[in-house]
Amino acid sequence: MDTALLDTLITQVPLDVQTASDWLHAEAGASGAVVMFSGLVRGEQGEVDTLTLEHYAGMSDRVLEQLAADVASRWPLQRVLAWHRVGSMSVGEVIVLVGVTAAHRQEAFLAASCLMDMLKTRVPLWKKVNGPQGEQWVEARDKDLQAAQRWL
Amino acid sequence: MKVSLLYFARFRQCLGVDEEIIDAAAGSTVADIIDSLAARGGIWQELFAGDTSVMAAINEQMASLGSAVQDGDTLALFPPVTGG
Repeated sequence: MDTALLDTLITQVPLDVQTASDWLHAEAGASGAVVMFSGLVRGEQGEVDTLTLEHYAGMSDRVLEQLAADVASRWPLQRVLAWHRVGSMSVGEVIVLVGVTAAHRQEAFLAASCLMDMLKTRVPLWKKVNGPQGEQWVEARDKDLQAAQRWL
Repeated sequence: MKVSLLYFARFRQCLGVDEEIIDAAAGSTVADIIDSLAARGGIWQELFAGDTSVMAAINEQMASLGSAVQDGDTLALFPPVTGG
């Protein structure tokens, strides 16, 4: 199998969903399936104004790249994209984009789901919410750890 | 031996420090260094004593509490990650 193309990025610049989608759709014909996930900042009924993402620069990029490569070695994929925003962002803005392309939908859904679950529990990124109640660091959830465990 | 420590997110904010260099005994593990930080008392004890959740990376590679730390290493300490 040819090596999958990987595109990973951690940036303060707003993520462009269209650019990500175009890259994932560039090999239409070879890939029969594209699965893309966008994670957005939730408003939580007015409890959240902005979200700030801190990261361990250097390590976060490397871990994200490694996770993309791991997923590409596990399923027959053509392209793997994983972009994450850091810095301050508003409700409705895109925090994360994950996408994969494959011949068929089953492996595309599985690979995208795995990549997202691993990203949430492995990449050194931390969320802080800012709202009317002040600011607060988001606590890690057991549910996310359990979701990642099922891929190990 | 000299070890560079990095703190992130809630730890960085609560401690008011993002990096420091400490002297640690040769052969120290991640757990030994965390214990020595907890022994400083106050907020340090609150964050690092007992079974609080601390993740660690040595030279940007995830490490466990039992991992050995070498002279010149950079040890990052942070709360469980919450990206995505």
